[in-house]
Amino acid sequence: MFVKPATEAVPARTKDQLRFITCGSVDDGKSTLIGRLLHDSKMIYHDQLTVLERDSIKHGSAGNDIDFALLMDGLEAEREQGITIDVAYRFFTTPRRSFMVADTPGHEQYTRNMATGASHAQLAIILIDARKGVMVQTRRHSFICSLLGIRHVVLAVNKIDLVAYNKECFDRIARDYLAFAAGLGFTSIVPIPISGRYGDNVVDRSAHANWYDGPCLLEHLESIDIPSGTAGQAFRFPVQWVNRPNPDFRGYAGTVASGRISAGDEIVVAASGRTTRIKRIVTHDGDLVGAEAGDAVTITLEDEIDIGRGDILSRPDDRPKVAGQFAAYVIWMDKEPLAPGRNYVLRIGSQTITGSISAIRHRIDVNTCEHLAAGMLSLNEIAFCDVATAMPAVFDPYDLNRKTGSFIFIDHYTNRTVGAGMIAFPLRRDTNIARQALSVDRRERAALKNQKPCVIWFTGLSGAGKTTIANLVDQKLCGMSRHAMLLDGDNLRHGLNADLGFSETDRVENIRRVAEVAKLMADSGLIVICSFISPSRAERDRVRGLVGKEEFIEVFVDTPIEECARRDPKGLYSKVKSGKIKNFTGIDSCYEAPTTPDVHLRTMEQTLEHSAEAVVDVLMARSILDG
Amino acid sequence: MLPIHLRRLEAESIEIMRDVVAEFERPVMLYSIGKDSSVMLHIAIKAFYPAKLPFPLLHVDTTWKFREMISFRDATAKRLGLDLIVHINKEGIARGINPIDSGSALHTQVMKTDALKQALDLHGFDAAFGGARRDEEKSRAKERILSFRSAGHVWDPRNQRPELWSLFNTRIRQGETMRVFAMSNWTELDVWEYIMLEKIPVVPLYFAKQRPTVRRNGATIMIDDKRLPLNCGETPEMRMIRFRTLGCYPLSGAIESDAMAIEDIVAEMQTATVSERQGRLIDVDEAASMEKKKREGYF
Repeated sequence: MFVKPATEAVPARTKDQLRFITCGSVDDGKSTLIGRLLHDSKMIYHDQLTVLERDSIKHGSAGNDIDFALLMDGLEAEREQGITIDVAYRFFTTPRRSFMVADTPGHEQYTRNMATGASHAQLAIILIDARKGVMVQTRRHSFICSLLGIRHVVLAVNKIDLVAYNKECFDRIARDYLAFAAGLGFTSIVPIPISGRYGDNVVDRSAHANWYDGPCLLEHLESIDIPSGTAGQAFRFPVQWVNRPNPDFRGYAGTVASGRISAGDEIVVAASGRTTRIKRIVTHDGDLVGAEAGDAVTITLEDEIDIGRGDILSRPDDRPKVAGQFAAYVIWMDKEPLAPGRNYVLRIGSQTITGSISAIRHRIDVNTCEHLAAGMLSLNEIAFCDVATAMPAVFDPYDLNRKTGSFIFIDHYTNRTVGAGMIAFPLRRDTNIARQALSVDRRERAALKNQKPCVIWFTGLSGAGKTTIANLVDQKLCGMSRHAMLLDGDNLRHGLNADLGFSETDRVENIRRVAEVAKLMADSGLIVICSFISPSRAERDRVRGLVGKEEFIEVFVDTPIEECARRDPKGLYSKVKSGKIKNFTGIDSCYEAPTTPDVHLRTMEQTLEHSAEAVVDVLMARSILDG
Repeated sequence: MLPIHLRRLEAESIEIMRDVVAEFERPVMLYSIGKDSSVMLHIAIKAFYPAKLPFPLLHVDTTWKFREMISFRDATAKRLGLDLIVHINKEGIARGINPIDSGSALHTQVMKTDALKQALDLHGFDAAFGGARRDEEKSRAKERILSFRSAGHVWDPRNQRPELWSLFNTRIRQGETMRVFAMSNWTELDVWEYIMLEKIPVVPLYFAKQRPTVRRNGATIMIDDKRLPLNCGETPEMRMIRFRTLGCYPLSGAIESDAMAIEDIVAEMQTATVSERQGRLIDVDEAASMEKKKREGYF
């Protein structure tokens, strides 16, 4: 059946959905307040109320009254324990506005859940028990809200019935809070005296606190104007997906993160520095003249330039930051602590990059906002850190843009989401360097050499025979009049990488530099031969990503560790045995063998000469040596 | 032009869908023929325009759906040129599982939950879009947008990944899958308003009409075909009814209503006093039943 066009019943709601979070500990009556809000605004259906009445008798803690908290605590375990342990999202609609409430636990051990809820919220209701006033937990909740970028706060002074609706008590709490919150950057703080249990000033005005002349809670939530704000900011368009249905159409699908853009406007790809103009803004409902923050569109461009998922389009005169190091607030969310130097997968917008914490500047006590020294970060702890990424990341400070300034940490091995971050600023001496597009490109440079550039990456254990085979390949190419260059790990550690040791952080930096040098050489048209143990799969994938997978040839020099130790060309294995060397790959540090190398050389089964020939054969098969 | 709150919800769903298509190897959209599926499909077409849908649709057919649902499904697939996979649990059929003799719990387990797992495994889908919303039910309120399922499709509510901003963790290992609820933040009213304003076709059963019914345990059941045995003394009665949710017809309770046009439904929604799941006979046993079903792999 096809629906007739709408005639008159147009929704009266003209405001955007308001997403808010409620912060408070169990005893503050948070779930009761939300239950009350839903009930009094007639958002609880009869059948739900029936279940609620039944459950109230079974699990409830409100005597013979309906226990509204049971509405919110969804999971069995929570009902049994009487606490909220996860984030629940509730929805209600009034004639004036629709709402999404993130209900999160307030105890310190649930800081991560609160941060999760806050990341979706524009406003926070911070509950205070009128009998207790501003407490440590109030400070914690306010700090987390502020850190996550919430700028509007309702201070719900709850259980006002239990202090006999006392005005002085309310005024004192409001005064205390305003004094405390002065430094937290909130734009609006509205204190309201309420009783969740009896409904005073939640939806209906309190008959008992007639000295209060401000808005009721719901009235305030319905009317507060929170400009999305982002439309007026710099244009950012993170590319999510390349839409290529046929050779004639190449569109970049994404949601405008901030600002606005029109067809014909000039844009730049932040990471590459390429500029062009917007050709069309395509949607299923027809092309648009312009698009603004929040719009999901598909953009086509005047020129064919290389753009993929993770790229960010901006205007040339107002670009995002591009840096491989930045300072950020980090919230740790996993039982396994954060270790500086360890690699994680970072998701920054639609970019996925390997990165690590290079230094913890200080940890922040969530209760007192004090700065403390820290060598690692445990579950629910927050710190200000330096972050290093394997490839330059494109971002804005979180303060300016929640969409392009936030990121998460994912554990390589468990795939768990282990942390979240908010970027403060890039770490670089000169922050005014934007990438320049050059006129002579790599194809032209390569054409001069009658070859196709590539990076041949030898990986394998120490003593596997990488450098020996790489050297033979180099000689063969030289004999064929090809321009090649061999980069060897040990040699580079004498010069470019002389300042690096063998900690995980230093190893990451070692490979990062080598990859950058190899890329520069490949850009200039050379065949670059690299010989590095490079034990981490993620690390090698990163080099592949940097160089481009068409031009990256991974050669796995596969020699069993017993054989490497027997050969021991540099005497390293005997030093490990005697305990003189630690963190040695294959012994007490892991080597992740390639799963699908482009060339797999089993040195126990073939000679060095044959191995080198096998590599050259692959180059020929890939037409790299075609002039 | 859509009102701002619907534009934002639509854009949010589009963003989720595009992310999943960019990151997963073999996504699929679970198509249940209902109103939520209709909206989800409509949004997906928008998300990937001008390209065709980059994934197939999967309908798990229990063989007890309303006949009008099946004809609507086939007409929709034809009209939009969809790649539609229909999966039936043949083992369940062979064992004679049905909602009347086997009871709703076993029927749902075998013909819906098991069937869904079979189909996901058979085709090697690594991500499955579903139209469930957080406002439907209490345990859904805590559901993630990307809901991780370990090998065997198990949902562990205690071991879900934190989801901050719109930064989804899409990494899974071989055998693990993701359920994707792209419409998590929509409400039932949003869905109907959107259907109205976007003129989305939906199954006619949502609109009131005189239909043959019987009353059982306080629910109004429509007699869709001859398979529904009448109890002693039961005679079909014509009633003006419609459905708020659609499923297997012997398990779907109708509501008495005069809402014959979409505008009437929206108006009715705004004054509704019972929740939409009230008509679902498979949920009523106890409050935690949905959570239990979900742990076992139910959508």
